[in-house]
Amino acid sequence: MFAIGVEGELMPQQDKIIIQDFNFHYSVLLALHNIHLTIKSNEIFSIFGPSMSGKTTLLKSLNRLTDLIFRVRHTGAIFLDGKDIYDPEVDVTQLRRRVGMVFDLPTPLRMSIFDNVAYGPRLGGIKEKKRLTEIVEKALRSAVLWEEVKDRLHTSALRLSGGQQQRLCIARVLALEPEVLLLDEPCSGLDPISTLKIEESLIELKKEYTIVIVPHNVQQASRISDRAGFFLSGELVEVGTAYQVFTKPKDKRTEDYVTGKFG
Amino acid sequence: MATPARYLTQKIAKALVWSAALSTIAVMVLILFKVLSEGLPSLGLRFFFDSPKEMGREGGILPMILGTAALTAVALSVATPLGIGTAIFLREYTREGRISRMIRFGTDCLAGVPSIIFGLFGFVFFVIYLKMGWSILSGGLTLAAMILPTIISTSEEAIKAIPEKYREVSYSLGGTKWQTVIHTILPSALPGIFTGIILSIGRSIGETAALVLTAGSSLLMPTSLSSPIRTMSVHFYILATEGISMKMAYETGAALILLVLFVNTIANWLLNRYVRHRS
Repeated sequence: MFAIGVEGELMPQQDKIIIQDFNFHYSVLLALHNIHLTIKSNEIFSIFGPSMSGKTTLLKSLNRLTDLIFRVRHTGAIFLDGKDIYDPEVDVTQLRRRVGMVFDLPTPLRMSIFDNVAYGPRLGGIKEKKRLTEIVEKALRSAVLWEEVKDRLHTSALRLSGGQQQRLCIARVLALEPEVLLLDEPCSGLDPISTLKIEESLIELKKEYTIVIVPHNVQQASRISDRAGFFLSGELVEVGTAYQVFTKPKDKRTEDYVTGKFG
Repeated sequence: MATPARYLTQKIAKALVWSAALSTIAVMVLILFKVLSEGLPSLGLRFFFDSPKEMGREGGILPMILGTAALTAVALSVATPLGIGTAIFLREYTREGRISRMIRFGTDCLAGVPSIIFGLFGFVFFVIYLKMGWSILSGGLTLAAMILPTIISTSEEAIKAIPEKYREVSYSLGGTKWQTVIHTILPSALPGIFTGIILSIGRSIGETAALVLTAGSSLLMPTSLSSPIRTMSVHFYILATEGISMKMAYETGAALILLVLFVNTIANWLLNRYVRHRS
């Protein structure tokens, strides 16, 4: 398999994330059951399915945000570049910098646009003003927001529109220079034009990042993903290339969901 | 369409809530009017900058103002970090369990203890046992114990009100727990925490019983943290109850009210500025 790089070159794709026999429990509720899945570098992988199927749980397991929840447990393993992320020696903050996450609703922190994007780098210990300015500009450009906000970087992020706020959240994650981007229904509260802008930037971003997205509907999944996995009640029903999953699904349940018979 | 009965209920309810609100305001206005009308007319600037003479029959209340301010400062500088720290511990560093329940039970008890008991404790522990004597320090530490529950519970409420998503964002950007507390949680909770501090300042300035026992009733100008002092409220109490001078008592009362108003106005102004700056 090959992906197209920043300069249009062909790059061999590697197995970026390998999920092996992964089970996840909330208290007594089994949220993910026996997941085996490989996500390749520089692809957009869609995790789709009806609500309560474990999509967000899987996403949050990939950067261990599930650690914040009380009374959860898991079995199995998740490897990032061949290293188990649940290994006791793993520095969780470091892991979260490598695997950045964008949430379903825009969540700007109550500070300026600049400070929002600089939040992660600052926590990482970067203090030099010039370096921060560079990082912020680069991140905002990658998230296709720079032109709209470059003259008001120091005004409150809360004054941006919903679509701009969500791109700000993407920029905030990009400022960490992660390797993997997790997006949990990033367009769920947005209008079609903002959605289009975010989708365009994602397709641009996959040249540099591995993207795992929970799309907010089947149409979005089919528009942007390279490969997709269909989840139902905590199980991975089917996985394949986007073309195959959305046009010639092998499993009856996938077909019913994709064609809108339920969901 | 409202039936006549419903219409009547509406009217009665409206009358009730209006009269409740109006009587509250009336009580407030009455108290303020009484004290200010007795105290203000003869109150001059000199009163704020003079030492008392002849047991307070003449002169001003400068030592009391300074003493009250120093006492409040000591109490706040001890109780604020302790209180905020405890609140952060309760909300961010521990799950709901035996320890958190014990701490909450403790602070609730502390909040319900009459102030004279705090005074007795302060007298026995700080004044006698630790040999601090009647002093700003003894009084301030006693006050700190009294305002601690307020600061803990208001800070805890303020931290609890912060949406979970802000924590998630901070952690997802590679923040440690401490970084999340410092950069996300405290800045958002600050207005609420500030409210608790303002309430505590009011309580510190108004406290009397506990301070007679721990800070003393000296008329001298305080020179250090171990100086005995007489707070404005204690001064007011002594002037009025020992029949020294009702006129001076009212003047002290008026000065006390003005001081509290002044502190609250400044605090609110600072708070508004902070909130505006952040949004």
